[in-house]
Amino acid sequence: MTDSTNTPRVIKARRTFFENAVRVLKTAPISAWFGMIVILIYVIAAVFAPWIAPYGEAEILGKAYLPSSAANLLGTDQLGRDLFTRLIYGARNTIGIALITTLMSFFVGGTLGVLAALKRGWFDQGVSRVVDAFLAIPVLIFALMMLAVVGKSIVNLILILALLDATRVFRLSRAVALNAVVMDYVESAKLRGEGMSWIVFKEIVPNILPPLVTEFGLRFCFVFLTIAALSFLGVGVQPPTADWGSMVAENKSLINFPVHTFPYIPAPFYPAGAIALLTVAVNFVVDWVLHRTSGLRDGK
Amino acid sequence: MHPVLRTVLQRLGLGLITLFAVSIIIFSSLQMLPGGYAQNILGQGATPETVANFNHELGLDRPAAIRYVEWISNAVRGDFGNSYSGTTGTIKRSVSAVIAPRLFNTFFLASMAAIVAVPLSLLLGVLAALYRNSWYDRIVNSVTLTTIATPEFFIAYLLVYVFAVKLRWFSPLSTVSINTPFLEHVYRAALPAATMTLVIVAHMMRMTRASIINLLASPYIEMAQLKGLTRWQVIMRHALPNAWAPIATVIAFNLAYLVVGVVVVEVVYVYPGIGQMMVDAVSSRDMPVVQACALIFAATYITLNLLADIVAITTNPRLLHPK
Repeated sequence: MTDSTNTPRVIKARRTFFENAVRVLKTAPISAWFGMIVILIYVIAAVFAPWIAPYGEAEILGKAYLPSSAANLLGTDQLGRDLFTRLIYGARNTIGIALITTLMSFFVGGTLGVLAALKRGWFDQGVSRVVDAFLAIPVLIFALMMLAVVGKSIVNLILILALLDATRVFRLSRAVALNAVVMDYVESAKLRGEGMSWIVFKEIVPNILPPLVTEFGLRFCFVFLTIAALSFLGVGVQPPTADWGSMVAENKSLINFPVHTFPYIPAPFYPAGAIALLTVAVNFVVDWVLHRTSGLRDGK
Repeated sequence: MHPVLRTVLQRLGLGLITLFAVSIIIFSSLQMLPGGYAQNILGQGATPETVANFNHELGLDRPAAIRYVEWISNAVRGDFGNSYSGTTGTIKRSVSAVIAPRLFNTFFLASMAAIVAVPLSLLLGVLAALYRNSWYDRIVNSVTLTTIATPEFFIAYLLVYVFAVKLRWFSPLSTVSINTPFLEHVYRAALPAATMTLVIVAHMMRMTRASIINLLASPYIEMAQLKGLTRWQVIMRHALPNAWAPIATVIAFNLAYLVVGVVVVEVVYVYPGIGQMMVDAVSSRDMPVVQACALIFAATYITLNLLADIVAITTNPRLLHPK
């Protein structure tokens, strides 16, 4: 006879949060693990940039376009700055700007969406029609136009993209909130005489959070890629701030005019690859979460 | 009135209203500038007289409503006014004259990408849907997911590195002019077109796959299978007539995506198209050019989406045979 039959089985009322997390993570496929590890590395690089980076953000060390060596891990860029250092600072700037923008767009778009679903009537109509008009213009084109009007700066970039992205978030949060506001628990909260903020934050928001969280991952990727594209086009983040999009633009002559630069180093590929790796990683994680949380997306 | 015709007319009307709203947004973006456009361009040292002079020369001192009506009625006729970049000198460049050849180039590039990408991605997408969860489906899925998540300029530079720098099949810069012969133009635009094809094939293929899978899960497909039709009959007689609408939506959505993708790709390859022109105009804050480009991009985007709507309506079997 084995031990297990003799000792009475211990029954726990509830798993702790940590145990649940471990259980869920055990089921994660390799792609999701890969994504999570990559994101973790990026976050560490972004948060501890000044301690990890061997040199200063805009410190000029020596000649331009030096190949990689012990002193310069990935070589130097067009002004003789250490590429590895700028990549690490770039993580902080590029991810930071994209994160702030996405948070702002979710705050504005999410609030408006839930309010529109709750109030309906002229408020819903008014906001929805304005948003419809904004949705008819591609984000990149609109952002380019607005940057031409208000001028190039990081604050303008964040505000413009947050505003444009908020229109997309509004659509989704209004749609999911519309399903939630007709639920009985919202009705009973209203009958109890709860205030507006209670209904929004205690009743509706917790119930529409899962789709919004996955959407946050996708919107972050989109915003991140748009910022990279704008910086690459020279109208986003301005030098000397280290930013992956503008780093590609600064070093692109290495590819377009390869004859003039010798020895060849793949300088533009490092920041471009850094962008691609992060978005792929976030997409893998979002894909897994979508599969877990909804049977709807089964086919995709 | 036939219900199809009525719905189509409704959509057309809606499209016109959207276009009108968008033109107002684009026009009024210029008014939002704190302190006025002239102050911003001429700098802090500008005297009130210079500002007034500048405004008068550009006609900015007249009421906004009148200027909007003038701007939009001229724009409809293809006249976008004069570029600001020549305002201080004596030469005035007409925006339309600058845009026209570049618009042709961009159209050329986008059509090249579309001609290759549309049939290819439909084929790949339908195959992935029919043989879903096979190894083919899985490989295609992860490859396209990676492509979608990658910035366009990264794909562009990879192609340049492989095909222009290493293999030397193409030039890394796609310079064309009005006098470039057709075949030469195709050859020079090959790399940018290939870049855009790669990007939109990924999008289009995934969307086609999703919509076909969605379709195959419908009850009438199951019914057709249960009554013993062959796989081919099920697809041709029952699935395809209902598939036109989602496929049209997918194509139009991605062609509209092409409109945006073209900006980055043109800058990478220094291809003289309207996207690159807009980026240059944004850097020099040449507002008439920026507004003209934005209006053209937005109008194309709206028209393509409208077209998809109309195709979806006119091919819908339920609307075509009203009870």
